[in-house]
Amino acid sequence: MPWLKVGVFLLALLPFIKLILGFYQDDLGANPIEKITHTTGFWTLSFLLITLTATPLRLITHWSWPIRLRRMLGLFAFFYACLHFLTYLILDQFFDAAAIIEDISKRPYITLGFTAFVLLTPLAISSNDTITRKIGSKNWRRLHSLIYPIAIVGVIHFAWLVKKDLSTPLMFAGLLSTLLLIRLFYRR
Amino acid sequence: MKTSYSSTIPASEITPKTLFEQRRRFIQMATGVSAALLANPLLANEKLTASASSAYGLTDELTPLKDITRYNNFYEFGTDKESPAKRASSLITRPWTISVEGEVEKPQTFDIDQLLKLAPIEERIYRLRCVEAWSMVVPWLGYPLAELIKRVQPTSAAHYVEFISLHDPEQMPGQRSPVLQWPYKEGLRIDEAMHPLTLLTFGLYGELLPKQNGAPVRMVIPWKYGFKSAKSIVKIRFVEQQPVSSWMQAGPNEYGFYANVNPAVDHPRWSQAKERRIGDFLKRPTLPFNGYADQVASLYNGMDLTKDF
Repeated sequence: MPWLKVGVFLLALLPFIKLILGFYQDDLGANPIEKITHTTGFWTLSFLLITLTATPLRLITHWSWPIRLRRMLGLFAFFYACLHFLTYLILDQFFDAAAIIEDISKRPYITLGFTAFVLLTPLAISSNDTITRKIGSKNWRRLHSLIYPIAIVGVIHFAWLVKKDLSTPLMFAGLLSTLLLIRLFYRR
Repeated sequence: MKTSYSSTIPASEITPKTLFEQRRRFIQMATGVSAALLANPLLANEKLTASASSAYGLTDELTPLKDITRYNNFYEFGTDKESPAKRASSLITRPWTISVEGEVEKPQTFDIDQLLKLAPIEERIYRLRCVEAWSMVVPWLGYPLAELIKRVQPTSAAHYVEFISLHDPEQMPGQRSPVLQWPYKEGLRIDEAMHPLTLLTFGLYGELLPKQNGAPVRMVIPWKYGFKSAKSIVKIRFVEQQPVSSWMQAGPNEYGFYANVNPAVDHPRWSQAKERRIGDFLKRPTLPFNGYADQVASLYNGMDLTKDF
């Protein structure tokens, strides 16, 4: 089903294209850096959850196509996570090493966000066929089960940074719990 | 209803190219104008001009009006910054009264028009520093709150002033969410309230306040984080005990009563050392008391500002 992959690929790229267009048309509001930070963070978490939907969807429906999209969706989560991190590093802090080190060591929400990003990196690297074959499917599975703590840590990172309105982080938390519970239910 | 599926178009129905292009220009112009009207609710606003000169000029570059009116923290209209500009049209700012009560000799209710004429309006260009580490420079219009305070004659028991904003979920849809305890409440110590920098504010950029900026009357206390400056005020109460503000209730370990801008005291979750001026790329260092230390630091002599944050 190459058309499905192409279609999903283009859809997954839309938030990024929208940001680029918004940037060139000066349409990102009064605080564009904040807007880019929030948008890339939102889509990182969204793609983590969409990736985690593949297995429950297969368990419930016995469809196989979600699993075939899973790698690409996971890589999109990493793509948006990279943009999110680079936005922080370049646009927000502009390589201010002292401020970044202080943030990562002193501010728990940044510590968590950074941890999730670091943990996500080996998953992205090991997603190509050559490395998957080299490390063996058992090791691959073990490594990629890191996705669960990464998603949990990512949602906590979001909840910890909002000033007061927890509605969006709680929505992510609710969806993530549902996805994990479906897995547990089918495992029994 | 008659519907035609015919694909043949009679020649008489085809618009000549020149006419088509004219129409097109007209529509572009019209949509441009209406978009500008929508984006800038100020166009509907009345002018408000300063009648007195002010000693509080500032050399900082002004933040564009567009940014001041589309990037607002005004939870009464939603928690994201774009919501107030989109939703504040439901606020009815006339008629409007403010009741001044509590520990005063002359409690009274002021009509907004009465209040506008109470003292000469000045333009004050102030820095505004949000607790979220961004800042703006705004040309406000108003007069010192002290002018109002003098007229109601506080008693010796009036140690604090409490500001209470409008509570009406019909007009303020954000109040349907319990994100803060409504109505929004803020407060000052009486000497802070009497300070000449403390501005009872009715306008900005030569106009009456746009609704999303706290119309028709708000406080501006430039050396404190933005949330201290209550918007759409309906009641000012003079009290003996230190009042509890909405943000103190929401997060007592994050938001104190004083909330003076202080780069040395971080928010428990983020740094206050720097700020991003709206429109700038690089952050700039935050100044103690938001750059007003010469005028206000003496108010806090002998206090530990890490405890009284």
